[in-house]
Amino acid sequence: MTDNKTFILKGGRVVDPAGKIDAIMDVGVSDGKIVNAQSIRGAEEINVSGKVITPGLIDVHVHLRDPGQTASETMASGTMAAAAGGFTTVVSMPNTKPVADSTGTIDNIRRKISESAVIKVLPSGAMTKGLAGEEMSAIGSLHSAGIVALTDDGKCIQNHSLMRNIVRYAKSFQLPIMDHCEEYSLVNGGVMHEGVWSTLLGMTGIASASEELIVDRNIIIARDEDWKIHCQHISARESVEKLRAAQANGIKISAEATPHHICFTDEEIKHFDSDFKMNPPLRAEDDRLALIEGLKDGTISIIASDHAPHTHTSKLVEFDYAPFGVVGLETSLSVCLTMLYHSGEMSLSSVIEKMTCNPAEFLGIDAGTLREGAAADITVIDLDWEYTVDKSKFKSLSRNTPFHGMKVKGKVAATICDGKFVYIAE
Amino acid sequence: MDFNWTKKDLLSIYDLTAEEIVCILDTAEEFKKVCQRNVKKVPALRGKTVVNFFVEPSTRTRVSFELAEQRLSADIINIQANGSSLQKGETLLDTVKNIEALQADIIVMRHSAPGSHNLIANETSCGVINAGDGAHSHPTQALLDIFTIREKKGDLKGLKVSIIGDIRHSRVARSNIWGLLKLGADVTIAGPSTLVPREFESIGIKVCHNLKDALENADVVNLLRIQHERQNAGYFPSTDEYAKIFGLNHNSVKYLKPDALVMHPGPINRNVELSSDIADGAQSVILEQVTNGLAVRMAVLFLIAGCLNK
Amino acid sequence: MEAHEKLIYDNTAIALAIDTVLDAIMTEFRNTPLDDVALVGIQSKGVVMALRLREAIKKASGKELDFATLDINMYRDDIGKRKKLPVIHETNIPFDLDNKKVILVDDVLHTGRTIRAALDAITDYGRPALIRLAVMIDRGKREFPIRADYIGLNIEIPEGRNVKIYFDDKPSNDAIYEISK
Repeated sequence: MTDNKTFILKGGRVVDPAGKIDAIMDVGVSDGKIVNAQSIRGAEEINVSGKVITPGLIDVHVHLRDPGQTASETMASGTMAAAAGGFTTVVSMPNTKPVADSTGTIDNIRRKISESAVIKVLPSGAMTKGLAGEEMSAIGSLHSAGIVALTDDGKCIQNHSLMRNIVRYAKSFQLPIMDHCEEYSLVNGGVMHEGVWSTLLGMTGIASASEELIVDRNIIIARDEDWKIHCQHISARESVEKLRAAQANGIKISAEATPHHICFTDEEIKHFDSDFKMNPPLRAEDDRLALIEGLKDGTISIIASDHAPHTHTSKLVEFDYAPFGVVGLETSLSVCLTMLYHSGEMSLSSVIEKMTCNPAEFLGIDAGTLREGAAADITVIDLDWEYTVDKSKFKSLSRNTPFHGMKVKGKVAATICDGKFVYIAE
Repeated sequence: MDFNWTKKDLLSIYDLTAEEIVCILDTAEEFKKVCQRNVKKVPALRGKTVVNFFVEPSTRTRVSFELAEQRLSADIINIQANGSSLQKGETLLDTVKNIEALQADIIVMRHSAPGSHNLIANETSCGVINAGDGAHSHPTQALLDIFTIREKKGDLKGLKVSIIGDIRHSRVARSNIWGLLKLGADVTIAGPSTLVPREFESIGIKVCHNLKDALENADVVNLLRIQHERQNAGYFPSTDEYAKIFGLNHNSVKYLKPDALVMHPGPINRNVELSSDIADGAQSVILEQVTNGLAVRMAVLFLIAGCLNK
Repeated sequence: MEAHEKLIYDNTAIALAIDTVLDAIMTEFRNTPLDDVALVGIQSKGVVMALRLREAIKKASGKELDFATLDINMYRDDIGKRKKLPVIHETNIPFDLDNKKVILVDDVLHTGRTIRAALDAITDYGRPALIRLAVMIDRGKREFPIRADYIGLNIEIPEGRNVKIYFDDKPSNDAIYEISK
């Protein structure tokens, strides 16, 4: 669109929940910052009338697989996928190879980011060494190395005393905790939600109680330590209820939901397609509706994709043996607009806040806003663009999406990161 | 009614229509006659190659399939593997591609992972027959059970069938349930609540946890094998307790109608799920099930071979 | 009757044809006790034809012949090559075939492949003393070295056309049509 460092996005509908703005107005960009459009009169004007302008989207839950599993994703491919999905900031998960549990690995990741990321990648660090759930990692050093949060994502610390100490220790560095909530003894080798469909299909189920128990555990620790614990990819109705009650009591507990959990249920598993296998699993219809309810009333403040690339070969095995996880960066916004906004469930602004200012606030970073002086991270959205998800067009190296073939409405038209166009829809 | 079979795979009973089930049963009746002749063999699958690919060990089902294939004049290859070594080395699909490269026509597979057959059926031009996938499905067992019931009792519509035992872990139960429902039977499942999930009520069958309710008024009683390892996993305290409370024995047999059929997919744990005298008694059709299994598998192989354009 | 069908023989011609077959059978077996003779109809139209013949033989001789039905689909040489999978009908041979004089009955003799399969099938059930073949129509164009012993009608059917016999519940409605393939 433009190589200019200074330009005006003209005539768009600006939706900036951080500034409580939803109005037709111009947005100025100069030297990578948001500026008053009046102040740069005469600069190149880009007509975006009919489009929606939002702060660049933020995804707090992304697996970039780099270093270690670059057949499924690399720093370059993963961030291009993020840009295509409208994201300008993502938090990378620490389950790389090696695990991001040391300053050396964080340095390595940061070097990769500076070499090949097209958007901003904020690394998270592991809570325990090797994600083994046994020994606290060097949290203070990881903080100095530049991590934004702590998580053992994919794993869950079963020892509650260790978890409590980690939360307590992390608080001294003001590092938020993001926890994958899963009590192992109730998982028992499960591959899908434990419910009607696992019973009918004869498959081992993962009980909702497995998530609920750890959500409860985290509520107790967040309360006692008075520190931020964020429950990742919440999937069960009971978890939402527990979170709602805890938040009403002022406990610093938050939660995210993924597009796939608000879109699908466990019935999908009857086709044995491993692109519907993820952890936590797709649950029942009442769980799905409870997640949407939780998003509507703010119990769930963040939408995150849990983008988890896996190669075609690794997924093309028996359902029991296929790895958990689906990609989501490139479908997240379209699916959320379709399921939450176009369906009439939520206002546009409340969908966008869950992908902009809410995650920024949780992480304590200066992002997710179109305030003057902020970084010019901007997503341009065509709300009425209807299309069918086609995984063959993905920028991601992996294609393990449950959304292939789904008709969606609303698409990223362009993504601007630090004033630079990093994605323009074809 | 002339119904034309059109499927190249038999993956589960859930996928079949009532017409397709009846087509298999009718065809099996003719193959049963073949099994009763002096010459128990027909050339129907002459020149076809059938691969019995057992990723989970089996004797009964494999022998039944193998004999069925021999009686149809097919060439037979047996491959035994175990899931974990397969997992470490070649993938399931690679193995299947290798089998296909041998110009095989039909793959009869048993595998411990549910849905494995769906995975390979999509990727191979060979016909795929499910000989058991985990606790999911065992269609030929259900078909032979239903064949046996139909032979003894006629139309299944309204017939009361009770399946008793470890429903939770049973592919035989799941396949029977779908087949019986599709043919209009009235299905009850029974056993301790740890082994008989309530979730089955959602598809319109009765779930009960006492033997008397399951036996009274039943036209057919199908008893499933109780595996000792379930005891270790904490589903019930001991096989002894199971036998006393849920076993069909001299105490509970009084609830059974005199013309009710007693069935068991085998192998029997004598004096656990049913007592020896009942297993060998006049109401038992357990060995006829085995005989009928041959005819049913011949019918399935024949119908599937007819749908392969090779 | 559909538009592409052409009536070529009516019920009178069919009755005459059955008489022709009957005469030939009665001539051949004039010195044989009919108790040893059995009719085996090939599913499905051959069965109807065999039933008609049995009626005629009963009228002519007072004897009701042993009667069997035979499905040859397990013996075909084209399984998997046909567009539609054949439906297996009943094979019912309620007597011992050993040393029987078997008259195999089919409606139309064409390539000879069905008869080849029928011969294989029947010999798997027993060892008849002899096997003869009776057909309503011989339409020629043989692919196997097979011939019928008793033939009701000889017809030339052009390439691309087929012959179809309608046996009705009432023989007065029987008819033979030439149809397009």
